[in-house]
Amino acid sequence: MTRLRRWLAVTLLLLFPISAAAQTPVDGDFAALVGALPDASFAEVEALVGRIAATNDDRAIDVLEALAEGDLHTLDSNAAVVIVRDVGGDDHAFDALTGESYGEIPRRGSSAIRVNNSLRRAVAAAVGTLTLRHPDPARRLEAAQAAFDAPDPAQADALAAALDAEQDAAVRQALSEAVARAVLQDDAATVPDRRAAIDVIAARRDGVALGVLTPLVQSPDTEIAEAAGAAVERIERARQMWNMAQNVWFGLSLGSVLLLAAIGLAITFGVMGVINMAHGELVMLGAYTTFFVQNIIRTSFPGLFDWSLLIAAPLAFLVAGAVGVAIERGCVRFLYGRPLETLLATWGVSLILQQTVRSIFGPNNREVGNPSWMSGAFEIGQMTITYNRLWILVFALAVFAVLLIVMRRTPIGLQMRAVTQNRAMAANMGIRTGWVDAMTFGLGAGIAGLAGVALSQIDNVSPNLGQSYIVDSFMVVVFGGAGNLWGTLAGAFSIGIANKFLEPYAGAVLAKIVVLVAIILFIQKRPRGLFAVKGRAVDA
Amino acid sequence: MSIQLALDGVNRSFDGFKAINNLSLTVEKGELRAVIGPNGAGKTTMMDIITGKTRPDTGDVLWNQHIDLTRLDEAGTARLGIGRKFQKPTVFETQSVEDNIALALKDDRSVWATLFHRRSDADTARITELLDLVKLTDARDAMAGDLSHGQKQWLEIGMLLAQDPELLLVDEPAAGMTDAETMRTAELLRGIAGKHTVVVVEHDMDFVRALNCRVTVLHQGHVLAEGSLDHVSANPQVIEVYLGR
Amino acid sequence: MTALIDRRMGIFLAGLFVLTVAIPLGNLAFTDRFVPSYVVSLFGKYLCYALLAVALDLVWGYCGILSLGHGAFFALGGYAMGMHLMREIGDRGVYGNPLLPDFMVFLNYDALPWYWLGFDMFWFACIMVLLAPGALAFVFGWFAFRSRVTGVYLSIITQAMTYALMLAFFRNEMGFGGNNGLTDFKDVLGFNLQSDATRAGLFVLSAIALAAGLLIAKAITNSKLGKVLIAVRDAESRTRFIGYRVEHYKLFVFVVSAMMAGVAGALYTPQVGIINPGEFSPANSIGIVIWVALGGRGTLVGAAMGAIIVGAAQTLLTGWFPEIWIFVLGALFIFVTIFMPQGVLGVIENTLRRRPAARDLTTAREAKA
Ligand SMILES: Nc1ncnc2c1ncn2[C@@H]1O[C@H](COP(=O)(O)OP(=O)(O)O)[C@@H](O)[C@H]1O
Ligand SMILES: [Mg+2]
Repeated sequence: MTRLRRWLAVTLLLLFPISAAAQTPVDGDFAALVGALPDASFAEVEALVGRIAATNDDRAIDVLEALAEGDLHTLDSNAAVVIVRDVGGDDHAFDALTGESYGEIPRRGSSAIRVNNSLRRAVAAAVGTLTLRHPDPARRLEAAQAAFDAPDPAQADALAAALDAEQDAAVRQALSEAVARAVLQDDAATVPDRRAAIDVIAARRDGVALGVLTPLVQSPDTEIAEAAGAAVERIERARQMWNMAQNVWFGLSLGSVLLLAAIGLAITFGVMGVINMAHGELVMLGAYTTFFVQNIIRTSFPGLFDWSLLIAAPLAFLVAGAVGVAIERGCVRFLYGRPLETLLATWGVSLILQQTVRSIFGPNNREVGNPSWMSGAFEIGQMTITYNRLWILVFALAVFAVLLIVMRRTPIGLQMRAVTQNRAMAANMGIRTGWVDAMTFGLGAGIAGLAGVALSQIDNVSPNLGQSYIVDSFMVVVFGGAGNLWGTLAGAFSIGIANKFLEPYAGAVLAKIVVLVAIILFIQKRPRGLFAVKGRAVDA
Repeated sequence: MSIQLALDGVNRSFDGFKAINNLSLTVEKGELRAVIGPNGAGKTTMMDIITGKTRPDTGDVLWNQHIDLTRLDEAGTARLGIGRKFQKPTVFETQSVEDNIALALKDDRSVWATLFHRRSDADTARITELLDLVKLTDARDAMAGDLSHGQKQWLEIGMLLAQDPELLLVDEPAAGMTDAETMRTAELLRGIAGKHTVVVVEHDMDFVRALNCRVTVLHQGHVLAEGSLDHVSANPQVIEVYLGR
Repeated sequence: MTALIDRRMGIFLAGLFVLTVAIPLGNLAFTDRFVPSYVVSLFGKYLCYALLAVALDLVWGYCGILSLGHGAFFALGGYAMGMHLMREIGDRGVYGNPLLPDFMVFLNYDALPWYWLGFDMFWFACIMVLLAPGALAFVFGWFAFRSRVTGVYLSIITQAMTYALMLAFFRNEMGFGGNNGLTDFKDVLGFNLQSDATRAGLFVLSAIALAAGLLIAKAITNSKLGKVLIAVRDAESRTRFIGYRVEHYKLFVFVVSAMMAGVAGALYTPQVGIINPGEFSPANSIGIVIWVALGGRGTLVGAAMGAIIVGAAQTLLTGWFPEIWIFVLGALFIFVTIFMPQGVLGVIENTLRRRPAARDLTTAREAKA
């Protein structure tokens, strides 16, 4: 009986595709279209799917998705089309049209409307088109992107219609790209249409656009091939630009880290001529201060977590600065004028500081969290910028600026420069040189502590933290030219950027080696660095 | 007489400050020449340029009229036969007076030669002779660092003589010496002139007078006047520079 | 003219001789009751360190070149010897490849890299032990000394040099075993490295090398060239004006010192049984400096003593209280530089003679300051 009806329907459809319309469900009649599904062949179902979607009926998505999943059944008892859903482990049937529940159905009480893969694709496309009209713009955007990813010339009109109706700019953009891609897939599309489509896709300027357009360069139609070729070239250029921009950004980011690590050294080494090998350990102390502060906040004031870095920064400055003053008073001051001995003694200090921290906090990495404003990322064009890197760059520049002002504009800065330029004369003028030495050293150390706060956000906080920065930061100061803060700035950023530009070619380690060797060679050319302090004094 | 040293249109500036300004100067072989001038006139810088420590920006420095000194470094000029005594006496403080002289003694300066060097009797004799000359015989085994300022000056003069250079550049030798020593130094320099060419920079007018030689007055990096001491002393510009204001 | 073997050198060499004869002889006489084999190797290791310290003292103590990269020369010597030992394993490795060392098989090498060729021959390896560090020192020194990089700047770039080498040797692609370095040696010239006799032999060899190194260094410093070196240390510019090409002298002594360090490394590798990139770490190189400073800079014998004292102290202390050792080492750095600028030897000789013996150093410093 059923078989006969199906046979009839098919024959009719095939023989009289148009006149059959009278017998087949009228477009727009959602119920009739759904009702026709059980007895239709795969080909017919495929046609029906399109028409169901075209009704724009609210129920259409559910029905179609159920169909694709194999959950659209006909009940044997009353031939009703139902959606079978899992309710507490049992199959319950719900009327496809009314949503009315038929309750639990026995295993063999219904038969599924069969689907094959091509049908599933058709359903997916149809659902996509339907979702294009979803009230939620996010869903619409998703649907538009899905349509772009699975282009189908048959969908072009539906997409274009959706585009016309669309208000949201982002969705419009996605839709127009989807339309364009569908057009490009359509062999019947006119050349001007396809050229316009190429332009739309090319405007994306990313790898996806490249993927879409590159095959078209081989197109038999020379006009299309040319347009695609030009577009590909444009995109390649844009991508290179963005690539470069991204590298510059990585370089700036690395540079800011180097700047932070080196800037305190620029004071102690550059201004005072003291080689402080414990500098890295002062950075480490700053990082551990951050850890300590976060620990207290976590246990006692969880609400303040976002403020943890702001609280830690001044504390780290004070802790590292105090340790710095202690180092200067307890050790470095006996060794002025003997830079090599200073180097050795401060190395001893660094060992002690490391081991102290290891004894107190253990040898393992400590977890320092990112506050919410330091997490996540945003995108500019094709480059991704993480907030923690961005803030560290801002922080490094801020520290640099403040330091510059302190050195140039404040009385203590004036005294520091006076003492370093002519100790005896400064002493004669009533400057307490010992005190100024301690303060200068303390300032450099405090800044190292600040660096530690920032580095705790991107690096492992362990007793060895400082070790990994000591060679790099010396390189920055030496490369930039000791005694010149601007040199340190330039040194840090040029080393950072050089490193990141080499990395894609050489890999991270080799890039680092190359940069080190380059600096060693550079020092041969300019033993006093990029921004050398000139004059007879340095000659002696 | 042939020309030992000729500076021609030499310029050198430091950070925009012209320490040597179009300086031209010739010194004959065997001549004794005094160079005077106020502090900062560029006298020491001139010696730096002659000895290859400082490169001039422009200008020529010719040795024996054919060797370009501006292309040589300090060791190069020294090997050519230019000896220099510094304004601030520098001797090798942790070595004995004898070793200081021995190091300066004219000899092969190459690495291998010094590595396998054995001191000959002639060397020892020469060292004794020089120590005698600079009156440091008693201090022969003393550490150079333990000498008084004046003694160091003498030791440096001794080292200079040990080098047996053709040209001696002597920067303010009398500083830190007693009057008697100053006169002795002048005498000594007069004595070696003729065999050697000697250029002396000095402030002390008595000393310059005692040298009794041609005088060049340097001011702001160039030659203000040249001639006998009496001649330049009469020069109104020189008077202005030295006594003016 | 000072004799090659003065009093301090004589005492030290005598002590060394006694040790060298006593330990192996004792072991022969009392089989394994006298000095356990691992202690022999330990002593051998200290002697290598001592030779390394002498090498550094030659450049730092006498010529004022504070190299913070001497560990690199030591490590290169060690690697050169290690490469020979690797080749000598032959097909007895885990993978049984007759040509390729295990790590190369593991990393899918199909042929020996060209720079490994020749290392199957002992004499070739011995030449490389001298040549590799010597060549590095020559190239590095050539550039650095010619452009008159001195003092702290030189120290920093030597540190960068060894750091760069460390990074390089950590790379598997370098073909030196990456992280793990070279290890699992079996024998040298057919002698089993695990056997007591070989260990004793290597120990004696280290002692001979140390004595030879000391005597060579002493001969150099006693010669006129040694006086030029001290002149360079105390007044570099003055030395130039007398006509000495300072860069040539520095280069000479730097290369000699690097080769000496290379020999130390070559003797170290078989006794310790491993050479890895950690030997290039800047911290290691700074460690050498403290041996020299502790023993007495510019005394040669003192430097050797310093290395042995610190090495022994490290072994004992890390055994007894591992936590404490780093504190002690750190304190040593500070204490020695501030309170004992003449080192242990200086203090000993001062108290013995009650007159400033190692004055050459104090005055040198004053001159510099
Ligand atoms: N290397 C240098 N860097 C900067 N300025 C220099 C240098 N050498 C000399 N000068 C300057 O050149 C000028 C001349 O100095 P100098 O030759 O020492 O004078 P004099 O020896 O006649 O007293 C001085 O103002 C000095 O500061
Ligand atoms: Mg002068």
